Amino acid sequence: MSESAKPAPPAASGRASTKKELPEHFKAYKHVWVAVEIEHGHAHSVSFELLGEGRKLADRRGVELGAVVMGDDRSSLDAAAAQAFEYGADVVYLVCHPTLAHYRNEVATRVMTDLVNTYQPEILLLGATNLGRDLAGSVATTLLTGLTADCTELEIDEEGSLAATRPTFGGSLLCTIFTLNFRPQMATVRPRVLAMPEPIAARTGRIVEHAVNLDENDIVTKVLQFIADRDSDKAQLPYADIVVAGGLGLRSAENFSLVRELADVLGGEYGGSRPLVQKGWITADRQIGQTGKTIRPRLYIAAGISGAIQHRVGVEGADMIVAINSDPNAPIFEFAHLGIVADAITLLPALTEAFSKRLRVNRLAS
Amino acid sequence: MHIVVCIKQVPDSAQIRVHPVHNTIMRQGVPTIINPYDLFALEEALRLRDRLGGEVTVLTMGPPTASESLRKALTFGADRAVLLTDRYFAGSDTLATSYALATALEKIAAEFGAPDIVFTGKQTIDGDTAQVGPGIAKRLNYNQLTYVARIAETDLAAGTITVERRAEGGTQVLLSRLPALITMLEATNEMRRGSIENALAAASAKVITWNATDIGVTDLTKCGLRGSPTIVKKVFAPGARSEKASFIEAEGGSDLLADAVISAIFARAPAVEADLLEFAATQY
Ligand SMILES: Cc1cc2nc3c(=O)[nH]c(=O)nc-3n(C[C@H](O)[C@H](O)[C@H](O)COP(=O)(O)OP(=O)(O)OC[C@H]3O[C@@H](n4cnc5c(N)ncnc54)[C@H](O)[C@@H]3O)c2cc1C
Ligand SMILES: Nc1ncnc2c1ncn2[C@@H]1O[C@H](COP(=O)(O)O)[C@@H](O)[C@H]1O
Repeated sequence: MSESAKPAPPAASGRASTKKELPEHFKAYKHVWVAVEIEHGHAHSVSFELLGEGRKLADRRGVELGAVVMGDDRSSLDAAAAQAFEYGADVVYLVCHPTLAHYRNEVATRVMTDLVNTYQPEILLLGATNLGRDLAGSVATTLLTGLTADCTELEIDEEGSLAATRPTFGGSLLCTIFTLNFRPQMATVRPRVLAMPEPIAARTGRIVEHAVNLDENDIVTKVLQFIADRDSDKAQLPYADIVVAGGLGLRSAENFSLVRELADVLGGEYGGSRPLVQKGWITADRQIGQTGKTIRPRLYIAAGISGAIQHRVGVEGADMIVAINSDPNAPIFEFAHLGIVADAITLLPALTEAFSKRLRVNRLAS
Repeated sequence: MHIVVCIKQVPDSAQIRVHPVHNTIMRQGVPTIINPYDLFALEEALRLRDRLGGEVTVLTMGPPTASESLRKALTFGADRAVLLTDRYFAGSDTLATSYALATALEKIAAEFGAPDIVFTGKQTIDGDTAQVGPGIAKRLNYNQLTYVARIAETDLAAGTITVERRAEGGTQVLLSRLPALITMLEATNEMRRGSIENALAAASAKVITWNATDIGVTDLTKCGLRGSPTIVKKVFAPGARSEKASFIEAEGGSDLLADAVISAIFARAPAVEADLLEFAATQY
């Protein structure tokens, strides 16, 4: 990724070639790959989202979709491979080795760069999770190739190159970035930015088992312990079907309870804009937006949120956005589906009341 | 011990707009700050130094005005500030940035002693990639410890470090060896206030300024735009959805309005209504 969309630099520094002049040795690079993230035996759902997108990119290119699966436990790797096929992979590159028991940068980087050098994919996609970002930077630097982080959109252009779009300048703008003359073209995408594809049951493919030469004694960093999060510690915002969120328009921490109450009645999760985290009204794991969580609920209700671009990029995947704002010109109305120009502080409790009444009445009637 | 903290000067606000006519970025007049994420790295470095002794060097790559951020870091108590500035570095992407910073770190090692730890922030608020830290680690062949929430133990004699690292779904406790590159997680500490003495010292302190030649770059094609494999072809403002929001209005108070809103939601998304009823069945 480049933050280089500045005005043209002094001529003496020389412009990078924006023409596609792929060196001969990269022309053999073919196929789209997704690094499947496995922690504690389970593949991360962002990997399936990436496979869905990777499938489209591979079809556009007329190439195969490959999935990389690494770990130490053969049965969970086989399970992940089976899932990868169902989500669209044609081939799974499988690496099973005891040193891969826990994710460690050192080993994972070695395995991934070895796979890339051996099988030469043209595109390599990873989740923009802590694991994916930790690995992607090392792999791209080792291979000296381009990496576009935290993309919001991936396409193939007319020349067959990966066009990766991401927010830039603190998210106020978007930019489209290419890696024209190096391979693989690498990109990361955050969880929930891409739609989850429908798996095709019993779809299968080829497994290429790749042997690696690793020795625990050569590996510097040791995992002493893994302390799993308690489920109750984590807001399940990214995966909630219904999310109600509030912004500064609510005016006080006390009023924020109106958001929670509506979320409760709907069985949804609650969240908020970034200033609320800074003010301590909500915890950081409930921040929605570019520097918080990306959500894809079926229903998103935003109350007293202006709809700044940093917030917008985190909610645009919602099926329906309902915005309550007292200002008819608030930017949120530019991307909401339903807009209500009203005082959220009076409308929220009315909504809570009306929803619970309807749900109760309908239930009795049914 | 010698600790180097990489800090970046970033625009204070996201209110950067595209010029409506020229389609260029209007960056003028935006105040700058130290990337907020880098302050957690700086504070952690200062704490380690205060506990174990040694020196903290701050390093930034940027335009000459980035020395303001370095001076600010000196007021917090950093011992030495290095500015890497050269028009050849302009337009660097993460690969070219990590090349320049890693080369500068080699020069720092030669001049002021090899670092035991290099810190970066988790990410910047303008580039926002979280990739420069891992890039530096790889180039210097330092052990990479990202998303560190806590440094549990640093044993200089043994050359080991134990950290708690934020992983997917939990915390990894990692034992590694120095030198290490650590990217520090946010909200892990609170930046100290600079002392008066530090502020006075910072005002007159010299910021060491190096260009590409000073740090021994011989191959300028690895720098700046030319050294950046990624190419930005297009910058644009996000457009409005093609279809504007439909506005819901109702006469006669918020109860009626609330009802109208719910009817509109259910009319557009019958599946949501079905799900809600199913949920309600478990509740009432
Ligand atoms: C690098 C960077 C990253 C960022 N990341 C994020 C992020 O991840 N998530 C995020 O949300 N923000 C993020 N921001 C901040 C973002 O730019 C906005 O400042 C923020 O989203 C605004 O929050 P808000 O809508 O709650 O407040 P405001 O912008 O102040 O909007 C309040 C709104 O409430 C309305 N209002 C006032 N009173 C009422 C009332 N009684 N009833 C109804 N409406 C009312 C007002 O008309 C206004 O539209 C980021 C900023 C930067 C620079
Ligand atoms: N130009 C720079 N000068 C010094 N440090 C930088 C620079 N760019 C990035 N960094 C460091 O790398 C971290 C990650 O940056 P980024 O990859 O842009 O998100 C930042 O928190 C800084 O510590």
